Amino acid sequence: MARYFTDEHEWIEIDGDTATVGITDYAQSQLGDIVFVEVPDEGAQLTKGGDAAVVESVKAASDVYSPVTGTVIEGNQQLEEDPALVNTAPEGEGWFFKLTIADASELEGLMDEAGYKDFVAGL
Amino acid sequence: MSAPNASGWKPTAPQANDEAGPATTTGNRALMLEEKLIFEIGGSETTGVDLPEPRGDAPHRLGAQLRTGEIGLPGLSEPEAVRHYTRLSRQNYAIDLGLFPLGSCTMKHNPRLNEKVARMPGFLDCHPLAPVHTVQGALAVIHELGEWLKALTGMPAVAMSPKAGAHGELCGILAIRAALEARGDARQVILCPESAHGTNPATAAFAGYKVEDIPATAEGRVDLAALKARLGPDVAGVMITNPNTCGLFERDFREIADAVHAAGGLVYCDGANFNAIVGRVRPGDLGVDAMHINLHKTFSTPHGGGGPGSGPVVFSEALAPFAPLPFVEKLASGEYRLVEEETAEDHHARSFGRMTAFHGQMGMFTRALTYILSHGADGLRQVAEDAVLNANYILRSLDDVLDAPFGLSGPCMHEALFSDKGFAGGLTTLDLAKGMIDEGFHPMTMYFPLVVHGAMLVEPTETESKAALDQFVTAMRSLAERARAGDETLKQAPYYAPRRRLDETLAARKPVLAWHAPAAPAGMPTLSEQGGS
Amino acid sequence: MRYLPLTDADRSAMLATIGASSIDDLFVDVPEAARLDGPIEGLPLHLSEMAVERHMRQLAARNIAAGDGPFFLGAGAYRHHVPASVDHLIQRGEFLTAYTPYQPEIAQGTLQMLFEFQTQVARLYGCAVANASMYDGSTACWEAIGMAGRITRRNLALLHDGLHPHYVSVIRTMARFTGDSIADRAPSLDAQADDATLLADIAANRPSCVVVQYPDILGRIPDLPRIAEAAHAAGALLIVVNTEPVALGALAAPGDLGADIVVGEGQALGVGLQFGGPYLGLFAVRDPKHVRQMPGRLCGETVDAEGKRGFVLTLSTREQHIRREKATSNICTNSGLCALAFSIHLTLLGEKGLRALAAENHRLACRAADELGAVPGVRVINQTFFNEFTLEVPGDARELVRRLADKGVLAGVSLGRLYPDEPQLARGMVVAVTETTSEDDIAAFAAALKEELA
Repeated sequence: MARYFTDEHEWIEIDGDTATVGITDYAQSQLGDIVFVEVPDEGAQLTKGGDAAVVESVKAASDVYSPVTGTVIEGNQQLEEDPALVNTAPEGEGWFFKLTIADASELEGLMDEAGYKDFVAGL
Repeated sequence: MSAPNASGWKPTAPQANDEAGPATTTGNRALMLEEKLIFEIGGSETTGVDLPEPRGDAPHRLGAQLRTGEIGLPGLSEPEAVRHYTRLSRQNYAIDLGLFPLGSCTMKHNPRLNEKVARMPGFLDCHPLAPVHTVQGALAVIHELGEWLKALTGMPAVAMSPKAGAHGELCGILAIRAALEARGDARQVILCPESAHGTNPATAAFAGYKVEDIPATAEGRVDLAALKARLGPDVAGVMITNPNTCGLFERDFREIADAVHAAGGLVYCDGANFNAIVGRVRPGDLGVDAMHINLHKTFSTPHGGGGPGSGPVVFSEALAPFAPLPFVEKLASGEYRLVEEETAEDHHARSFGRMTAFHGQMGMFTRALTYILSHGADGLRQVAEDAVLNANYILRSLDDVLDAPFGLSGPCMHEALFSDKGFAGGLTTLDLAKGMIDEGFHPMTMYFPLVVHGAMLVEPTETESKAALDQFVTAMRSLAERARAGDETLKQAPYYAPRRRLDETLAARKPVLAWHAPAAPAGMPTLSEQGGS
Repeated sequence: MRYLPLTDADRSAMLATIGASSIDDLFVDVPEAARLDGPIEGLPLHLSEMAVERHMRQLAARNIAAGDGPFFLGAGAYRHHVPASVDHLIQRGEFLTAYTPYQPEIAQGTLQMLFEFQTQVARLYGCAVANASMYDGSTACWEAIGMAGRITRRNLALLHDGLHPHYVSVIRTMARFTGDSIADRAPSLDAQADDATLLADIAANRPSCVVVQYPDILGRIPDLPRIAEAAHAAGALLIVVNTEPVALGALAAPGDLGADIVVGEGQALGVGLQFGGPYLGLFAVRDPKHVRQMPGRLCGETVDAEGKRGFVLTLSTREQHIRREKATSNICTNSGLCALAFSIHLTLLGEKGLRALAAENHRLACRAADELGAVPGVRVINQTFFNEFTLEVPGDARELVRRLADKGVLAGVSLGRLYPDEPQLARGMVVAVTETTSEDDIAAFAAALKEELA
């Protein structure tokens, strides 16, 4: 399994032709306490770079973009009950959605963990 | 010696003591009184009005959908109600209590004559659908105020019905779209600066436009060259606040307007900050096509804890034919005519329609007209001058202890903008604002405009004395120094308000938006069983 | 100038601190061509308090006020007795001159009041959650249609024929720009609305919502459960509009009859007529999961750092100042002071007072319907009504209303004024009766009507 990062602070973990997407620890730390997450419905068609989910703190709302094109298999329903999971486990239990990847070549150009670390350090 | 003190009352000089006093049984602290909710103190049998007891068996013509069961509305007798709301009122800060420097909100004194006039029975008890010949005074107020707004802005037409500033923005943008459609022009983009009020992009999006940002220059004004480069046949118009939300006058406004017009677009000016220039500049001389005026800001109708507002819109000749219904016309006879659905067809066919059920915020019109007549053309000019003078005085009295990001961009207008640059120890704008509460001031606007990190927008208004400003400056200097020194105690402020910092995260994660009776322990009466309290 | 505290000495000293030689230095960024070098010519100069009051009093005297004689106007704005303490309390400076409660530690008065208001409205409407108010009933109604579109992802609103025609006008104006489709019809002077056509339209289309006024513009009480069932079967939301909250002291709550969104005009309680504004838009939803699609401010309960209960504005990420072009509405203000007046009035009434007030309104309205319906040539069209009903008179009601006004009777709102394009309604006139209407007023109206029609 490989994990990639976008410059919009999403992570995507690949497992065969499916993937799990969430926001990075850096992103959650910038947002502060997360109070609400809206995840896409099963079956939703997402395009690379397009709106996929919404994450809100008390004073800010941010769109989460899909790192790749694909079809949503599952949105993380736990986030509806417990949006704080995004703060406590952004890159684990606080995942946003899973999707089937339409075109694996879209992963090219995403950063690996080291690359993302450098990217954040430069911000 | 005789009994030296039969009463036992021994006055002694109070000792200074840094510690808080003991907790009280009631939770009250002298004049700081806790107050429960009406649902906790009221009863279903208690009432503060005297009405005939209804007859249960009276014949009715209500049909089948009758109210059965309890609504759940608690009642209070008049003394209880007066005490409840008086106690609540004392937990509010207000302009009547002190300086309220909320930038871009214009908290100035509300003259009480305005309140008296608005309550004259001829205005207060006047029905919006009364026959027009019985409400000539109401129509005269609308017309007279409209004439003032036209003269003060140098614009030929006005729509009085918009209910608030954002409603006025919508009115202006709908007129722009109607005018473009009338000439068969389907432009799709409205340009807004990033520093704009959030209502601007929200309004443009609502009216079906795509919103694009206009870049700003380093000095905090619209980047004229970048704007000109973006203009083209897809741009319906621009929405620009002037004076802008950084507190600066847009020097190039006329040139911007000319360029937009040359490219076939129209110019919306957000007039939220008209109070800075009233009597000194007429927006009509700057090429504006539509501009709303917040009567509650410039003309001091009360803010009332969040409204009602009132947002009349002035129009250029190009947009005037598209103005909404209804409006008032003065006839040669001196009588006033109400142009609405019934009477519009003959000569106002291009109106884009109606925005509200009736004629707008009449109760605000009477107050605003009273304010305007009290000031006159000379006094209104003095209003702008004193507002700008007070803001510059604050800017220059604080710019050595607080970062003023546009302090070198020329004089500010009615508000002074600072940032959190230089704060130490992780202290933020929020911490300084909460410290202001303890000092007895309402905080300034925080984190707006978004283009400045940790923005603090201070608008003193013209109704503050120099002594009040000096007191404010002294407090702000001390707070700024504490923030720069990283004073940890600010992080817990306020200490002396009716409440400490409130948990907004909890409120948003688990919203409780209405009161529900807590599950009563066995044997405890419910609200309805308690009856009269 | 009595409202400006600075003296000339202050001004000079302050200019010196700033480093400016004159006030003109502070306006240097205004292009020279646009600078005004003195007060705008042709406009009056400042006036004393006494002089202004005199001028305004003369204007006020040119209106006939509700208290000047028999008064029967309604159609979306109602005259009720407002207890003296309401106006006294809303004029407390801490309420009147406060701003939106952005700093909750020093705005608990406004916030607790809004929380109480939201709860009162939710209960009155039979809903889970109400917001902190909108501009007025007509704009709240439009916002509800927009919200139904967001929830159902459809864009056809079906309007019941009894919806206030000015509300219909507002909806049509807005829909023209948003691209929503609106289907509306004018009513006829029948005892019942034409529900059969509406139900057929619901079944035949895919509406986002059905909008029904309760009681309707002619005072009739529509069959909400039947319409709710049809709307829900078609996957649409039922929006119920109420322009007279006092009616809900006698009639079942819309939320209990199947309404999904309930909106209304709250002016009747506490606010006063004021020639049409400021009024008070009420907005509530039955299902709490729809809250995130609601427009307008919301106040919620929380605790402070010491664990004490307190209130804050919440869920503000729906709003324009955060969401900008993605906000649920561009609305920025609410109608705070009017919400306060409404809430105080409803607290003074309480459960008992509201029910008694509703009963008294209905009793007097029944009496008026009987007396006016007995005037030769006049017919009351309603089978059902609360405190407002429609008369059919011989000839043009517009003209009749004007003539009765000249006799000192403000007799009602002619349908010709509300529906200028519907000649079949020209003989109609909507008459409202409240607790402020005396039995003598009713008799005077009946006598004047009889005389005019003789």
